[in-house]
Amino acid sequence: MALDAPYIAKNARPGQFVQVRCSDGFDPFLRRPFSIHRVKGEGSRVKEVEILYEIIGKGTEILSRKKAGETIDILGPLGNGFTLPPSTLHPPPSTLIVAGGIGVAPLVFLAEKLAEIRITVLLGAKTKKLILCEKEFKKLGAKVHITTDDGTRGCKGFVTDLFKKMLCAMPALSGVEGRYAPCAVYACGPRVMLECIADMCVKKDVECEVSLEEKMACGIGACLGCAVRVKGERSRAEDSYIYKLACKDGPVFKANKIIGRQV
Amino acid sequence: MVASGTFGYAKEFEGLVDLKKLGAIVTKTITLKSRTGNPMPRTCETASGMLNAIGLQNEGIDDFIHEKLPYLSKIGVPIIVSISGDSADEFCELAKRLDREKGVDGIELNLSCPNIKGRGFSVKGGRLIAQDKDATYNVVKKARGATSKTLIAKLSPNVTDIVEIAEAACKAHADSVSLINTLIGMAIDIETRKPILGNITGGLSGPCIKPIALRMVWEAAKNIDRPVIGVGGIATAEDAIEFLIAGARAIQVGTANFIDPGACEKIIKGVKIWTEKK
Repeated sequence: MALDAPYIAKNARPGQFVQVRCSDGFDPFLRRPFSIHRVKGEGSRVKEVEILYEIIGKGTEILSRKKAGETIDILGPLGNGFTLPPSTLHPPPSTLIVAGGIGVAPLVFLAEKLAEIRITVLLGAKTKKLILCEKEFKKLGAKVHITTDDGTRGCKGFVTDLFKKMLCAMPALSGVEGRYAPCAVYACGPRVMLECIADMCVKKDVECEVSLEEKMACGIGACLGCAVRVKGERSRAEDSYIYKLACKDGPVFKANKIIGRQV
Repeated sequence: MVASGTFGYAKEFEGLVDLKKLGAIVTKTITLKSRTGNPMPRTCETASGMLNAIGLQNEGIDDFIHEKLPYLSKIGVPIIVSISGDSADEFCELAKRLDREKGVDGIELNLSCPNIKGRGFSVKGGRLIAQDKDATYNVVKKARGATSKTLIAKLSPNVTDIVEIAEAACKAHADSVSLINTLIGMAIDIETRKPILGNITGGLSGPCIKPIALRMVWEAAKNIDRPVIGVGGIATAEDAIEFLIAGARAIQVGTANFIDPGACEKIIKGVKIWTEKK
């Protein structure tokens, strides 16, 4: 869905999100957060914001029935966004983007901003039909690898399996200028996938950022509802944690801060 | 004014709301020491409202005075600080500390947070302070002794008789009572058969609680001689006017700030237009 929102389009950074009021009334009651999928327009005249969503509930169902020209109340850009590698690095670093299902949404915008950099994209989905944005990444010159849970496209299995293989094939990274080593990994997708990727990257000492999804109420750091448990800064004990907010401190977090979700 | 817990410490709304246009700002509740808050998930959407169980996450009073108050006091509207403690003495200590701060115009005693039960307060059976008239009286009295600033007691709807609690607060010389806080509720995930909230139960807020709030404000207002601040489910100017008609002398807007940061501005404008017409 493309939204005419010049202020947001101009100011948005990859990884940030918008809070969309799907209905004018109180059903559904809360806004819904969506990653900024892309911004469109020429140079400084960008004015459109795109969101990519899957119909999973009442809010998205209402959105899907909106017609061109209707007005929607949106708030943004919100959150912190991904850290882009410094443009001064020579040779330009390479980057690995890992997407699981609809988690691909913020990563196209990121890939656009990384256009100068060699990008490898791992796209994971349940089945062939649900592979999203393959063309968009290819247009940007990225090398795209695909995995499907049912094996209908690309490698059969989870995107994390392929990621593990690729990571293992890379030379050790600490202080080494590995030619094929990514300088940074960016990931978005289901929570288990992100925890797995974050864990592998931490063990291999690879820079990695993941974008987490949480249910939110306000989106601006007021309600403290979208708390995420992350490693504290002061203590090193395994069980020590602090709460950060997905909306204000995130949704993008460094992999070394991620703690497995406790049920 | 904006209700406690729904507006952070105002800075969160900078750029989204003309803060100077608000009647007053009630801060997120602060405690003596910092609190990490409850486990996730902390919120759950419901029909025309939401459940929350944040658990009074805050950085404690020192952080508040040094990091948040300077910003708040520069806004130029009355600042009311919401406080909570595990004992009447803690409320007293907090009130004493805030009484010394120039930037603080009033104190709201949060006697009714439904999400911190089990903390060693002297109310029997882990109930809320505002569910017990004696506990309410004791806490208000202790806090009253520690401050000459405007003192407001925030009351709970989770009671059989709101009037006796409001009377207890007034007897202990609260300047005003604000009501209602959230109603205790829960939600269950039918797939896992487990409660959705990490805290199992949470506080229900939003337009769905408005009729209850309105009834309680009406009951309290006709029985006590102090101003009642009406709060609970107010999302439009019409809602606010209903509370004023029921006897509220001021109103607070809470959860509506989450879905529309501009809600207060719209309500203030709407109430003004209505009063000018009448």
